[in-house]
Formats: sequence, structure tokens, C-alpha cells
Amino acid sequence: MRVIDHESQQTLNTGAHPVDIPFLLTRGYNRLCFILFGPAMDTDPSANWMQEAELADLRHDLLRFVRLQLRDDAAMAEDIVQEALVAAYTNRDKFSGRAQVKTWVFSILRNKIVDYFRTNSRRPEQSLTRDDGSEAEINELFDDKGHWNKGLQPKKWGDPESSLENQQFWEIFEICLNGMNEATARVFGMRELLGLETAEICQQLDMSENNCWVVLHRARAKLRLCLEHKWIGAESC
Amino acid sequence: MLSCKDATKLVSQKQDAQLSLMQRISLRLHLMMCSGCKNYERQIDVIHKACRRISGSDD
Repeated sequence: MRVIDHESQQTLNTGAHPVDIPFLLTRGYNRLCFILFGPAMDTDPSANWMQEAELADLRHDLLRFVRLQLRDDAAMAEDIVQEALVAAYTNRDKFSGRAQVKTWVFSILRNKIVDYFRTNSRRPEQSLTRDDGSEAEINELFDDKGHWNKGLQPKKWGDPESSLENQQFWEIFEICLNGMNEATARVFGMRELLGLETAEICQQLDMSENNCWVVLHRARAKLRLCLEHKWIGAESC
Repeated sequence: MLSCKDATKLVSQKQDAQLSLMQRISLRLHLMMCSGCKNYERQIDVIHKACRRISGSDD
């Protein structure tokens, strides 16, 4: 049987047994115990759920993901993460493994963030296309003919896969993302973190697709520069 | 002939939209000859992968 979960907009394969909705609702107590006391109080030993350490790791990743986008609203970020975890816990019987739980929770989060941006009409206060000085910084890399200035062309970064396994890379990546101004970060986050198409971003933020590409190009170029300075600099030390 | 500056714009735009045939060919030719822009392209790809990873997707 397949069930559409409205919150995550996902279709979940629940296996051979139909979902018993009243039975799910009676699990409110379990849910409360979980929130207050953690999984140790869970009265259902067969539940496919995470150990405390795994849950803490997942929560950390979820919170980082949300905080990158809801910078000034720490309380809201916590709430969104908690709601998503509770929803995942409530539906835990539907998952066949932890990877599936993780994918599912992240998709809930993405939808919640999109809704948050939409319903609160929280547009960044800065102009979305205003140049914050990035343009000059990027222009300095090139000569009059648009070729890389000597010594400034991008260098090899080594093995990208091993960078992604490196804790220090992630710390720098977060610093660089948080260094973006709010307006740029919004457009970049909607595209690269929430995975929205540029057409939808333009519509929501009331900007032309061309402007959207300009902002995204600027954001990527600046992020790349930041990583090159901080990460590659750190690596060669 | 595409300049490096224009090539970096196309590398970014390629992440968000389908490039025209002309744009694809000129970018491809440029990247074959320019190691700086080739590195740029790889790095933009690392950023994309890092964003995917931080968003809970591993591919």
C-alpha cells in the first residue's frame, strides 16, 4: 500500500500492511515520552528507531541545515527540526533503514523551510540584485580582456571527495556560507540547499531569471574564493 | 572566442539552466584549453556536491 504524506509531499511505501490511523494516534504517549525522556522510555521494543548518539548526530545535521537558511531565527530553526523529528518518529515503522529516515526528515525540512519563506513573505531586506562589492572582487581576478590575472587563476584543490570527508572543510564551508549577505544567501540557499528551480525562485522573490543567474554566479564565485583562501590556504600550511 | 570571465559565468549558469548549443560548444572548447577554468568548473562542482551533502543527499 502507498500512502501520500502531505507534510513531506512524499509517497511512502508502507509494505504489505495498511496503516492503522487510530493506532498511530494512540502513540501520542510514546511520542511525548520520546520528546521528554528520549528513546529509552519507548515502550515499543520492536521500533525501528535510532540510538541516542545517532539521533544527536542527525539533529546536529538538521539544525545546521536549517540555521544556514534561517539565520536570525534560532528558536524557529529548533522548532522546525523538532517537528520534523517527531514526524519521522511517528512514522518510524514505515522506514526500512536509517538512511531512509534521514532522507525523509530532510525532505520534510526542505518543505517546511519553503513554507516558512512563503507564508511569512520573509523577503530579505536588502535588494536582491544589489552588488555588495562582490562584483569588484570577482572582476579583480580578470584582466581587461577577461582572462585570469597572473597568479589568480583557480588552482587544483586536490581530491574533492576527501575534502568532503574532512571536518575542517565543513567548518570552513559553513563560515563561507554564513559570510554571504542575506539576500545572496537566500537565492543561493533556495537553489543549492532547497533544490528549487530558478523559475520558482524568481517567482517567489519577484526577480527576473537573468538576475537570478547573476546572483547565483556571484554567490558561487565568492564562495569559491572564500574556500580557496581559507581551505586551500589551511591545507597547504 | 570565449573569455575566462564569460566561461565562469557559463559554468555557473550550467548548474541552473540548459545552455544553448552554441554556448555548450564554446564552453567545451574553452575548458579543453584553459586549465584555470577547468579547475574553476571542478570547484563549482565541489561546492554543488557539498551543498547536496549538507542538504541530506549523498549523491
